[in-house]
Amino acid sequence: MSDTQSPEPKGAIARFLAASPDSVGKTIFIAVAVCLVASMIVSAAAVSLRPVQEANKLKDKQVNVLQVAGVYKPGINVTEAFAAFEPHVLELSTGDFVDDQFDPATFDDQAAANDPELSIALDDDPAGIGRKAKYRVIYLLRDDSGELDKVILPLHGYGLWSTLYGFIALENNGNDIYGLQFYQHGETPGLGAEVDNPRWKALWNGKKLRDDAGDLQITVAKTQPAAGADFYVDALAGATLTSVGVDNLVRFWMGDAGYGPFLAKLQAGDL
Amino acid sequence: MSQTKKELLVDPLVDNNPITLQVLGICSALAVTSSLQVAFVMALAVTFVTGFASMFISMLRNQIPGSIRIIVQMVIIASLVILVDQILKAYAFQISKTLSVFVGLIITNCIVMGRAEAFAMKNPPVASFIDGVGNGLGYGLILMLVGFIRELFGSGSLFGVTILQTVNNGGWYVPNGLLLLPPSAFFVIGLLIWAFRTWKPNQVEEREYKIQQVEAH
Repeated sequence: MSDTQSPEPKGAIARFLAASPDSVGKTIFIAVAVCLVASMIVSAAAVSLRPVQEANKLKDKQVNVLQVAGVYKPGINVTEAFAAFEPHVLELSTGDFVDDQFDPATFDDQAAANDPELSIALDDDPAGIGRKAKYRVIYLLRDDSGELDKVILPLHGYGLWSTLYGFIALENNGNDIYGLQFYQHGETPGLGAEVDNPRWKALWNGKKLRDDAGDLQITVAKTQPAAGADFYVDALAGATLTSVGVDNLVRFWMGDAGYGPFLAKLQAGDL
Repeated sequence: MSQTKKELLVDPLVDNNPITLQVLGICSALAVTSSLQVAFVMALAVTFVTGFASMFISMLRNQIPGSIRIIVQMVIIASLVILVDQILKAYAFQISKTLSVFVGLIITNCIVMGRAEAFAMKNPPVASFIDGVGNGLGYGLILMLVGFIRELFGSGSLFGVTILQTVNNGGWYVPNGLLLLPPSAFFVIGLLIWAFRTWKPNQVEEREYKIQQVEAH
């Protein structure tokens, strides 16, 4: 071989770089090296950004609690305003607070719904959620004199495409609805996603859950039921299945399988 | 190299647009164009990914073994996409909620792979970066045009600001619900391709068949 051609590379690294990329050794080396570098970059990003992401998620949930309770205004200090809300872990079957067993600040009821220890599979499942957590985190809002003003209850259920997650705010009598709001869903924009429309959400304000006989009457329907306008929210135009889903999930969570025992206590004034 | 850097950047906008000429990346263009804000963030994300993926792949182009080159490209692209997804979740939470799965699907966007395979494997890093950014912008341009039409006539707003007061909100405009559904993007993109090819007739593809006049017997 003559030296007039490209000079023989010196050193191990230079020789390696000049080697044909198609050799077996180099193929394996490149595969391993690329994977290593890529995985390091990805995990570094995931780990370093996690605190900010968690904070975002928390803030998003807090903003939704504030909104459904009607205390949210753009620009307010969310953490400060949220401090006025009293979180409690509620045992659904008894309607009692079990704050001594779980810490309300860290209890994750969405994760609990997948934990066989903390949830039950549903046979009768109108809301389409599969499993129901035995415990849920709810929020109480008291007025300036310490009197109970509103309760904020989380609820979720299946619409047309997706599970809708939201909160319902009830007045202190446990029967009058103050507001309903979904913070996460994947319904059709412009049709089912109109559950986010302020004008539709405003329809919920002032409706009642149960009639004087104590029967659950609230419904989302196309036409007003016999029970009367107090229990009726007009369904969304062009979004029949989302409306049916909302109807099912509200009735499920407000019924005996959901917050029924707690609401009964609230109505009796045992809180 | 036959193309100048400026040509690399500007060509994909109109003359060699990835959506209207090459008809790539249609899937995500259907999904994310129902509002301008989302389309804009998606366009930025894709531009970032195409640019840097092309650059890194081009830097490694002489070392990547031919037998596993697609996998190596995918690993680089996927890492960048995850990076973008993580950053969006941290600093643009509301938008990342709307974009949800579609950021992850940038990985499967044909434009990114297409530029890596067609350009970055054969050209130096700087040119590949510019080519990637150019193609990302070309994709973004169409996204914004489609998003403009869909949001304005579908929800009566632009970037979330109400332009046409809709009936649902007590106004006069009856929004066109079809425009909010993904299929409408097909129509809009189809019309755009028609407009582009009328404007630049050299983009019209040759027919694959000929119509012949046959004399009747």
